[in-house]
Amino acid sequence: MTRFRTLLSDLMHADRHADRVVPPTGHTAWLTLFTAGAMTFLAVFALALSLASGRLADRWADALARTATIRIAAPPDQMEVQIRAVLDVLATTPGVASARALTDDEQRALLEPWFGPDLPVESLPVPRLVELIEEDDGYDAEGLRQRLAAEAPGAVLDDHTRWRRPLVIAAGRLRLLGWASILLIGGTMAAMITLAANASLAANAQVIKVLRLVGARDAYIVRAFVRRFTLRALAGAAAGALAGMIGVALLPSADAAGGFLTGLGFTGAGWLLPLLLPPLAALVAFLATRTAAFRKLKELT
Amino acid sequence: MRIESGGVLGNGVRHVRASEGCAVIAFDNVAYNYGGGELLSEISLRLAPGSFHFLTGPSGAGKTTFLKLCYAELLPTAGRVALFDRDVRGLSRDDIAHTRRRIGVVHQDCQFLDHLPLATNVTLPLTVSNREPDVRDLTDLLQWVGLADLADALPPSLSGGERQRAALARAVIMSPDVILADEPTGNLDWEMSLRLLTLLVELNRMGKTILVATHDLNLIRQAKAQVAARVLRIRNRRIQLAGADL
Ligand SMILES: Nc1ncnc2c1ncn2[C@@H]1O[C@H](COP(=O)(O)OP(=O)(O)O)[C@@H](O)[C@H]1O
Ligand SMILES: [Mg+2]
Repeated sequence: MTRFRTLLSDLMHADRHADRVVPPTGHTAWLTLFTAGAMTFLAVFALALSLASGRLADRWADALARTATIRIAAPPDQMEVQIRAVLDVLATTPGVASARALTDDEQRALLEPWFGPDLPVESLPVPRLVELIEEDDGYDAEGLRQRLAAEAPGAVLDDHTRWRRPLVIAAGRLRLLGWASILLIGGTMAAMITLAANASLAANAQVIKVLRLVGARDAYIVRAFVRRFTLRALAGAAAGALAGMIGVALLPSADAAGGFLTGLGFTGAGWLLPLLLPPLAALVAFLATRTAAFRKLKELT
Repeated sequence: MRIESGGVLGNGVRHVRASEGCAVIAFDNVAYNYGGGELLSEISLRLAPGSFHFLTGPSGAGKTTFLKLCYAELLPTAGRVALFDRDVRGLSRDDIAHTRRRIGVVHQDCQFLDHLPLATNVTLPLTVSNREPDVRDLTDLLQWVGLADLADALPPSLSGGERQRAALARAVIMSPDVILADEPTGNLDWEMSLRLLTLLVELNRMGKTILVATHDLNLIRQAKAQVAARVLRIRNRRIQLAGADL
């Protein structure tokens, strides 16, 4: 805890003297600024991807996990009997919360895209659909299939799980990939800033030597470098985050269909998350520079 | 010379402190080599607080090397060096930094921070110890070394002599216990050399321990007229106390 407080005070402590003793160095400054900016920009998209795939996984899991349909194909005269039989079976199946036959209107709505609005559903030999809603624990699909085969030979259980599960898993993986990308981006930024800090320290070897000779402690010299790199990273990351957020905001907004790509964005309080990236980038720069500087100082003097 | 009346150089008449009787710098059978043959060997000596020493010897004899051993820029390859009664091998990096604040060094090559003006360079030892320089003290000091007009000049624009005087100013601004000077008059004319010597003698009277590496025998003679200075000579890798025949 004390260590953490020292870290913070090092970061916050406005020591203009310590800052000035190190000459401003051109290219490492730009490298840090650019790296922090570019990496944060990428991190905003990775974050958006993670959040969107997370939402998608939840939505699919929610919407699909609870329903299944039973398709009944039978001659028109037997249809009502079979529907009745199916509903009876479902009523006594453990794990099924409720079940109901879709109305003619609902069926017409489902078929309309293919056959137009005036389809006489009642008189056509199209299969009729029964929708069931399962309880949290689910039901035994195989057992239900066997009972249906016995009671209503024309009924087929379509439980969605076959294609639902891989989709939910894919969305979950996508979310994981998003988070992994953010970690990789953070690691890359730490590595780049470490390189830049080392270059800057090496370029200032003479300055460091003079400072050591007049009695400067390592912590004093380190602070001068760390403050610079932290502030630069903060500035670069702020610009990168802003650009990334504008980029995400300019994506087409989520439409009613809720397609995945159009859902790629932040919603509500989610917009606050990318704002956390610049301080995080500054922290990464702070730790990377500090570690590099203490190590390099021992090498140099 | 107003320097004596307090200010940056004279903390009153603060004579030697509690460490009286002990050595400020003590070498015990010290040897040093840069990886090749032995450059210095079997060196045992003690610089008492408040003493004034010259170190002479031909170029390449190891004067600069000896001084570097005295402020822990180099560690002995054999034997033991103690600064203020602490073995340098036992000092952490922070300890070394703190020790150097008590030792003012005029380096032979006078290294400065080239991007900062002279005045800032002179006050650098205060800055890095988080102490605020006193503007009046600084003005006095710069005036005394004849650099008052150059306070805002950048080090690369200074002549060799100006750099040496600036280095001296920087070495004494902390009012250190010990002052080590490596050929401090190398680039100075005789008049300036004498002024610098007078300053060193003055500091010595205030109780500072002084060690000056030089091969300027005239300077040594001049000093001996003013102060009880002893002369150490490097010969055949050893350091001897020179006789009075200088
Ligand atoms: N960093 C170094 N590496 C190797 N040899 C060195 C180094 N510094 C000095 N020397 C050698 O050590 C010898 C003594 O140097 P120095 O102490 O500077 O002598 P002086 O100050 O008496 O002229 C010289 O021969 C010099 O070449
Ligand atoms: Mg020398």
